[in-house]
Amino acid sequence: MNPFSSGTRLRDMIRSIRACKTAAEERGVVRKECADIRASINENDPHDRHRNLAKLMFIHMLGYPTHFGQMECLKLIASPGFPEKRIGYLGLMLLLDERQEVLMLVTNSLKQDLNHTNQYVVGLALCALGNICSAEMARDLAPEVERLIQFRDPNIRKKAALCSTRIVRKVPDLAENFVNAASSLLKEKHHGVLITGVQLCYELCTINDEALEFFRKKCTEGLIKTLRDITNSSYQPEYDVAGITDPFLHIRLLKLLRVLGHGDADASDLMTDILAQVATKTESNKNAGNAVLYECVETIMAIEDTSSLRVLAINILGRFLSNRDNNIRYVALNMLMKAIAFDDQAVQRHRVTILECVKDPDASIRKRALELVSLLVNENNVKQLTKELIDYLEISDEDFKEDLSAKICSIVEKFSPEKLWYIDQMLKVLSEAGKFVKDDVWHALIVVISNASDLHGYTVRALYKAVLTYSEQETLVRVAIWCIGEYGDLLVNNVGMLGIEDPITVTECDAVDVIEDAITRHNSDMTTKAMALVALLKLSSRFPSTSERIKDIIVKQKGSLLLEMQQRAIEFNSIVDRHKNIRSSLVERMPVLDEATFNVRRAGSLPASVSTMAKPSVSIPNGVAAAPVVDLLDLDSDDILAPPSSSGADFLQDLLGVDLGSSSAQSGATQAPKAGTDLLMDILSIGTPSPAQNSTSSIDLLSTADVNSNPSFALETLSSPAPPHIATTASAGGMFDLLDGLSPSPSKEATNGPAYPPIVAYESSSLKIEFSFSKTPGNPQTTNVQATFINLSPNTFTDFVFQAAVPKFLQLHLDPASSNTLQASGNITQNLRVTNSQHGKKSLVMRMRIGYKVNGKDVLEEGQINNFPRGL
Amino acid sequence: MIRFILLQNRQGKTRLAKYYVPLEESEKHKVEYEVHRLVVNRDSKFTNFVEFRTHKVIYRRYAGLFFSLCVDITDNELAYLECIHLFVEILDHFFSNVCELDLVFNFHKVYLILDEFILAGELQETSKRAIIERMSELEKLQQ
Repeated sequence: MNPFSSGTRLRDMIRSIRACKTAAEERGVVRKECADIRASINENDPHDRHRNLAKLMFIHMLGYPTHFGQMECLKLIASPGFPEKRIGYLGLMLLLDERQEVLMLVTNSLKQDLNHTNQYVVGLALCALGNICSAEMARDLAPEVERLIQFRDPNIRKKAALCSTRIVRKVPDLAENFVNAASSLLKEKHHGVLITGVQLCYELCTINDEALEFFRKKCTEGLIKTLRDITNSSYQPEYDVAGITDPFLHIRLLKLLRVLGHGDADASDLMTDILAQVATKTESNKNAGNAVLYECVETIMAIEDTSSLRVLAINILGRFLSNRDNNIRYVALNMLMKAIAFDDQAVQRHRVTILECVKDPDASIRKRALELVSLLVNENNVKQLTKELIDYLEISDEDFKEDLSAKICSIVEKFSPEKLWYIDQMLKVLSEAGKFVKDDVWHALIVVISNASDLHGYTVRALYKAVLTYSEQETLVRVAIWCIGEYGDLLVNNVGMLGIEDPITVTECDAVDVIEDAITRHNSDMTTKAMALVALLKLSSRFPSTSERIKDIIVKQKGSLLLEMQQRAIEFNSIVDRHKNIRSSLVERMPVLDEATFNVRRAGSLPASVSTMAKPSVSIPNGVAAAPVVDLLDLDSDDILAPPSSSGADFLQDLLGVDLGSSSAQSGATQAPKAGTDLLMDILSIGTPSPAQNSTSSIDLLSTADVNSNPSFALETLSSPAPPHIATTASAGGMFDLLDGLSPSPSKEATNGPAYPPIVAYESSSLKIEFSFSKTPGNPQTTNVQATFINLSPNTFTDFVFQAAVPKFLQLHLDPASSNTLQASGNITQNLRVTNSQHGKKSLVMRMRIGYKVNGKDVLEEGQINNFPRGL
Repeated sequence: MIRFILLQNRQGKTRLAKYYVPLEESEKHKVEYEVHRLVVNRDSKFTNFVEFRTHKVIYRRYAGLFFSLCVDITDNELAYLECIHLFVEILDHFFSNVCELDLVFNFHKVYLILDEFILAGELQETSKRAIIERMSELEKLQQ
């Protein structure tokens, strides 16, 4: 033996690894072994391969990287002897999987081994193929496998059957090739072959309708007979489990019968007898028997209606449910969920037991039971069930509260008979598990409250009482803050008392206390604080006597570390201080929130809200600041489809849209009226004259946002390939200047981006020019510009010439245009190359002249391009 | 269908890990860690089933070793529980009174037995005797 090769045997390596006392020590041993193995691999000595791979497998199992051993597997597989192949295939299955390219190299060896004369080698290849084959390999090797299903040795037949299962899972198109071979397996006596054959047939039936039809016609009776034979067979020690002959085969057969009987009355009819026999005769005192019963119940419930059998099935489940073994109760709960579909009454009878299961110490049972309860709820029992669940919520484990409260909320929302009850239940849930409640749930609650005008007084008082006790429940606090802000006057004056209420005395000061508490508490999050700030603004108008105190609280927030809070505090302070005349109309009660819109939005909100959250939070330097506020106001706004990226504008528009929408209903909440903008300028104390004179309100808002140099606007400009407002403003004289002056701010961001967005360089009534940019790698100074000229007129332009001039620090090279004739609505392109000697310091700028003939008449157009992306 | 089979001791050391669906190495380690955390602290009276991501884990504890199968949500839990037991009986027969050390030093044999028992995530053979006989045939060829 080579003295330099590692001498340790597998056993010794395992021993030395086990002897390690610390993880670091183990890493050391493994590193040394790996180094030895690499050295040995490099020497390419076939005698060590076997042992190296065995060691690598062990090291792999410990979680260390072993990719360097992959080729060794391939070499071992390619070697002629069985022992080498065996370890090679074992390594292949452990160290590689179907996604690795290396695996493709093994296809050829596999093909040879599938045709090997030694059946043990064939078995190895089938095993590897069945465990890790990819779709390509499945296609390449399917014919070999199909042939092997008929092989003389049963060990090969069963492996080939399961291998085929994998092949048809990977490539469902191949299913029809296997139908005949699979049906031949159903006649087998050998249990191993039979069970794998049944599995293959099941797989084929689930992926191919023709196969299903075929097996239904040809094999149903045979399968029933097989099942009857093994059910009635005398004791067979080899397959006996707790008195049942081969429960595994029972289960596979029942499963296949299920797909054959499903949707076919004739086939279902045929199997009625045997199912009844299995359901009544199977011993149920051991797990194996219950497994068979369980499968049998599932089959009975899936096949076409045979009501006497279903009664039998439900009875079995009832027995399961009262079993002492938790596993059995678990599967009963699982199966009762399916049983509800056809016999609700029978399941309702077990309601008490099921409710007990919700309180089980075992989380798995609780979860199933809760699912089942939520299916059991209907208009008649909702009050009772909800009460039980809410009572349990108080004492349940912390980690179960999230699931439980979510379920209660959905039940309450779905079945609540009246609003008062709904609000009551939601308040209970928020009080007990407010920190686990999802945003959409409390948003929905606010929408409902807003719509129940006769309950405003009751709700705000109930919330006030609840929040005094449960001030640590974030979402309860939020809803309370919102309601106190909106309906504070109803709270202190005991307006709209219901008969069931005890009168309470709340002063204006008490109401402000609650909100002050929320805004100053250190663990309140951003959304709560933002909501509290808005509520304070509203209360300052509702409770004039507290105005000074509120002002103090707001002023404190000027020092907030959160940009958004800081800004709002300044604005609100200014409203309280200087604009008393408009304040009351500004903070009037919210208009009733539209339930229908909210529900539509809620249904499709998941992806949308993700994008709303994601974009502003990357664009606003202060991180967390933007998202919650947008979210918060989003709830109130009708204008929900506003582009999420311009969070600043969105916010302002929302603020104005909502508040002014209520005070001046005729202007509609979706468009911010001009007066709003003026007011906004005022609030923000910005001296710029309103640019809004003759442009649309959206541009208005965007430009305002830009004056604030809100970076999110810049981001938006860059992210949309040809921003429409740039195009419009470019031709709109006055506006152009405004945006032009700001162009450094949007284009600053461009240096970060790897690609430059295309621009509209010029646009007139008849002609549009677009520029797209690319850089030659390694030459940052030079920009390749592809200009596209688009004819917007109905006439053909002839003798089209594009000329361009640049300042001295630029060099320009023009390639010929693709044509000098521009058809109506057609386009031509031309490449330009611009070299910027002041790269990084100055932006590109270009003057251009375009000449062409329309109907023989000369036309000349000129323009200057200033909107090149920065950094070119 | 069985997604993966894990054999772990109480400390979470993996003694066997067989995956029938492709997973990244890092993902495998995560799965092994999470499954161990899920099963190790459960009361012995609890169910042997834990929901795990979109699947469920059927596990059973034998002395200090946890045998865990991850299967589809619609699969028959009781049957897989029986399946674990059969596998343990096979190991017990093969090593005659199996203990953890047998599985450590003969880990490759455990994998080979498993390959005779389960293939492509499905049960291949339900007879203990058939598997033991097959193994001894294969062992003879090894000489």
